[in-house]
Amino acid sequence: MHWSKSVNGMRRLFWVLVAVGIAASVPLAVPAQTAPTNRFVVVLDAAHGGDDPGARLTSGQMEKTVTLALSVRLRSLLAARGMQVVTTRESDSTVDPNRRAEIANHANAQVCLSLHATESGLGAHLYASSIAPAQSTRFTAWKTAQSAWVTSSLRLSGVLNSSLTNAGISVILGRTALPVIESMTCPAVAVEIAPERDSDNAITAEPDDVAYQARVASALAAALVQWRTEARQP
Amino acid sequence: MIPRYQKVLFVVLLVASLAMGGELWHLRQRAHQRLLAGEDSAPTQAPEVAPAEQATLLVANDADASLLAQARSLPLPADPGARARAVLGSLLDLYAATGSSHPVPGGASGVAQVFLLAVPGSKAPQDPGAQLAVVNLTGNFVAGHPSGIETETLTVLSICGTLHANLPRVTQVRFLVDGVQRATLAGHADLTRTYLAAEAAPSEGSNP
Repeated sequence: MHWSKSVNGMRRLFWVLVAVGIAASVPLAVPAQTAPTNRFVVVLDAAHGGDDPGARLTSGQMEKTVTLALSVRLRSLLAARGMQVVTTRESDSTVDPNRRAEIANHANAQVCLSLHATESGLGAHLYASSIAPAQSTRFTAWKTAQSAWVTSSLRLSGVLNSSLTNAGISVILGRTALPVIESMTCPAVAVEIAPERDSDNAITAEPDDVAYQARVASALAAALVQWRTEARQP
Repeated sequence: MIPRYQKVLFVVLLVASLAMGGELWHLRQRAHQRLLAGEDSAPTQAPEVAPAEQATLLVANDADASLLAQARSLPLPADPGARARAVLGSLLDLYAATGSSHPVPGGASGVAQVFLLAVPGSKAPQDPGAQLAVVNLTGNFVAGHPSGIETETLTVLSICGTLHANLPRVTQVRFLVDGVQRATLAGHADLTRTYLAAEAAPSEGSNP
């Protein structure tokens, strides 16, 4: 009696194992993924935040607030144009420069923009890394990871320049040693918004002016649409 | 009748008082002589002013992010380190002046020292080889510097370019703030890296 019960138990276990094996061999229904060629990722890095307020503008506003507002505005415009946007911060939080670069590098982005605001100068300042260009290698030093992307960054800077100029915004192009972008492995440009000034050097719009920010954001979005088009051309 | 031990004690105290009085007089005389000697070493004639020389300052302009070479006649010391500090002091005085094209408060006192060292790996220090300039900025100057990529980059590049223009052997520049390394100038320009002075000295009026 006991013997026949244990034999039945073994049979049940055998059939359960067979059923599990068959189930595992059947391919699961996986939702269709988008083709990698259609993926266009933009990283928006709203500079400063939390304990690091950045520059203080004449209006009393802090740079960290202006950069976050611009990041949010630009994210909406880019998402509406079908781009995938990754941001380094969504609130007034402290984010280490290395962490910002890590986020950008993990996103495997086609564009990385570091957003800044200042009280000095005028218009928009576009800065690419001052690191000398180098060939991409399997292992790259963290502090000079941008070296393999500098040429692309300079081209991106040119596209942004054209778009901003077409929007009637004065542009200054340059190269700088900015720790955040120097560790990014993507075409990276630091965009710094300065006040808009008239011919007498009087300020006509501060970087925290909503209308001015909207013009800058839509010019940047137009430039990235063009950059995406150029990237998809064979 | 005065006891014997009190007489002995009185004599001992009297001798001690006289000895201390004598020592006090001696110390007073020594202090007086030291004071006179100090007066003798005081300068009795004005220091000789260094002759004026032509110096080139690479002056930044925030309006177009350019560095413009300006020739100035300045009294420059013979010692290269002091000369570098004098030239940079003159540059920072320009930035602190009213109506400056690149307004930065602080002036000449913003540079505490400039140390000139042989570039590691170059020839012996006595050879006319490449030099590394270590510019020690003051904390007050850095604290008062406006924050922004453009303004900070222009300050760093104009310092590098000015050093190279006046001391051509200076090919590399590093920065310290109050003697220690600091991450950025005012939140943007990297102060941990070594800048190549020749790259920071563009042609006149061009963007860096």
